[in-house]
Amino acid sequence: MIGLDNVTIAYGTGTRAVIAVHDFTLSVPEGEAVGLVGESGSGKSTVLRAVAGLIPHAKGEIALAGVRVDRRRTTAQRKTTQMVFQDPYGSLHPNQTVDQILALPVAIHRLDRGEARIVQALTEVGLGREHRYRYPHQLSGGQRQRVAIARALILEPRILLLDEPTSALDVSVQAEILNLLARLRRERGLTLLMVSHDLAVIAHLCERIGVMSAGRLVEITTATAMAKSQVTHDYTRELLRSNAGFDRS
Amino acid sequence: MTAARTWLLDPAPASRMQARCGRWFRAWLGFRRNKLAMTGLGIVLLLVLMAVFAPLIADRQATTLQDLGNRLQPVSWQHLFGTDELGRDIFARVVFGSRITLTIVAMVALIVVPVGLAIGLPAGYFGGIVDKVLMRLTDIFLAFPRLVLALAFAAALGPGIENAVIAIALTAWPPYARLARAETMTRRRAEFIQAAELQGASALRIIATQIVPLCLSSVIIRLTLDMAGIILTAAGLGFLGLGAQPPAPEWGAMVSSGRQVLLDQWWVATIPGLAIFIVSLGFNLLGDGLRDAGDSRS
Amino acid sequence: MTEPLLTVRNLSVTYPGDDGDVRAVRNVSFTLGRERLGIVGESGSGKSTTGRAIMGLVGHPGRIAADELRLGDTDLRSLSESGFRRLRGKRIAMVLQDPKYSLDPVMTVGQQIAETHRTHLRSNKRDAKRAALEMLEAVQIRDPERVYTMYPHQVSGGMGQRVMIAMMLIAGPEILIADEPTSALDVTVQTQVLSIMDELVRSRGMGLLLVSHNLHLVSSFCDRVLVMYAGQVLETCEAGKLSEAKHPYTRGLLAALPQLGHRRPELPQLQRDPAWMADLA
Repeated sequence: MIGLDNVTIAYGTGTRAVIAVHDFTLSVPEGEAVGLVGESGSGKSTVLRAVAGLIPHAKGEIALAGVRVDRRRTTAQRKTTQMVFQDPYGSLHPNQTVDQILALPVAIHRLDRGEARIVQALTEVGLGREHRYRYPHQLSGGQRQRVAIARALILEPRILLLDEPTSALDVSVQAEILNLLARLRRERGLTLLMVSHDLAVIAHLCERIGVMSAGRLVEITTATAMAKSQVTHDYTRELLRSNAGFDRS
Repeated sequence: MTAARTWLLDPAPASRMQARCGRWFRAWLGFRRNKLAMTGLGIVLLLVLMAVFAPLIADRQATTLQDLGNRLQPVSWQHLFGTDELGRDIFARVVFGSRITLTIVAMVALIVVPVGLAIGLPAGYFGGIVDKVLMRLTDIFLAFPRLVLALAFAAALGPGIENAVIAIALTAWPPYARLARAETMTRRRAEFIQAAELQGASALRIIATQIVPLCLSSVIIRLTLDMAGIILTAAGLGFLGLGAQPPAPEWGAMVSSGRQVLLDQWWVATIPGLAIFIVSLGFNLLGDGLRDAGDSRS
Repeated sequence: MTEPLLTVRNLSVTYPGDDGDVRAVRNVSFTLGRERLGIVGESGSGKSTTGRAIMGLVGHPGRIAADELRLGDTDLRSLSESGFRRLRGKRIAMVLQDPKYSLDPVMTVGQQIAETHRTHLRSNKRDAKRAALEMLEAVQIRDPERVYTMYPHQVSGGMGQRVMIAMMLIAGPEILIADEPTSALDVTVQTQVLSIMDELVRSRGMGLLLVSHNLHLVSSFCDRVLVMYAGQVLETCEAGKLSEAKHPYTRGLLAALPQLGHRRPELPQLQRDPAWMADLA
């Protein structure tokens, strides 16, 4: 469903170009969930942005649903891949109601039954009718993230990209959002590519985990192997150690 | 009253309309606490009412009716603000002059905002070469002192209200283009813009539905604050004989004609001068209030 | 334990709101000795406000009330703003989440540390510089001389936070309040910064108040933990025994955390009981 073949991503051009991701190769079959972990600056979000079509890639190939894509995409290509951002405050237009936010994708793709779709999308993410005409500042962080998920799903994408979808949320809200994502994935057979710095969150939602460091994919393993510490790379070990919490000895 | 209030402040509105009205109402509740801003709003409203109902307040004939026998009369019940050097009633002229002032202000606003947005939004959104070309163009217009450029245009186009409006508008738009560009650039990288892009929205749609609503509030605030300057420029052009032509009761021209008799018949120049001052002050207070209201919300 | 360094009894912080007063902190009581005390809670639980109230940093229009708020023999309730200024840095220090916003961008980090030393200990320039360099070494910065001359934007997040700790500890305070000190850092750097902080606090016999939303971190790092919810302390327990916590809120939070190696199809969601709000009111 998602195929990345030797993808290199650079910021800037010419001699000032900085390579953020080197030769990244990953293939995600339909219905699978793959997570990328790594520190800030490891290039994990950059990969996600290139897959989303927000930034161009310098070399290699990106294929989505069997179609080779670029930064410039057709409206139909856009529809297959949607994304949920990290910051539930910044990803919703501050001056628009939930209704307006959800009406935008309907208008862009000239979808039929717009009204019904908006109501359905809200119900699916667990928001009631009373939330439909509120502004983002009248919603809690968790509710905002639900709106962002509804906005992505209203287009019925086959691929959902998640950029740290719960790292700005409280633990109890994080559980709700993770459950929601797991349910939606099951119901719709979504293919997920998720980025997070939290190993436990990734392992909860994804079957396979890629570890990134300094712009390279250093290891790709399964969540089960990760839990049993069956890892090969030093950096992954360090990550596992840090994840266990502070060592008081 | 309370029912309307509850409807407006409902935290869970039932329609797009109600949500929008509620937002405006909340903004109004905040604005209302600012006494100076309310004074400004009052002055501006008064100006508008005066312009609309001018024929009910004063006699249109009196603005041009020359009565040389009654020239330079002081303030009296018959002539509330006295008469000018041609014996015309200054009160009637000030009242009808508000129409000219308001027309100039409205026309300038109608030209300046769309031009500013049309230049600034693409410059900020696309960046690169588009930005460079559009901003250099803006710089050229910014390089001239405003009144001098307006004077040159007015002189070239010939005197008259329409040409004064065009001259003022031509010199007033660059700051709006800059403002729109700056606002667009700060929002360009926002995640909600990226989300719209991801959903397949075209650049035009993103600019029109996502960016314009955010720019508009600061543009309107800037415009309100600029109004005083526009009124003064219009008055300046009128004073120099390049604006509204006699016998039109333009305030700037009235000040100009009264200056020869300023020491003996002070009211001839002072009354229209006061009108200019009060209206400018009103727009400034209103603009400040709007800016404060905008600050507290974000 | 001997005489506590800090005693807080029935501390409340109130902010006036549009619809009546909002009590951000309600009747919070605890003591802090030479130990590591953690305060955990979700956003809006009042954990940060508690820390700020002790520092005298609850600004207008917030109001503080307490039956007792004492640092050693100093009553913090009656302390003036200038009294607090003398106290801050010298006797209580605070490390905040993001060093980027806590450091002066136009002064080198070394100058800032030295300046703290000079203000609180009235030392001369040379002594202050020497102390600052020693402090940078103490927070395990490899090349103190070089870092001394660097500006805040030139240091990484982890190093910035170590600089903050150096600056906060140079005047030898009795208590360090750390509000989410590692939340902006990468996980692998988090543990380094924590162990440096731990080492220094322990060797100097200080009290540490660690405010965090991260249950894992607090339970593995601290000696005791206060669990806050809606401005109240719901429960106090030994950090190592957080997994045996009694209160349904604490248990709910722990259960809601995804765990590596214990994958559940669904995470139990926290059911909030209105009775928790009334518990101590």
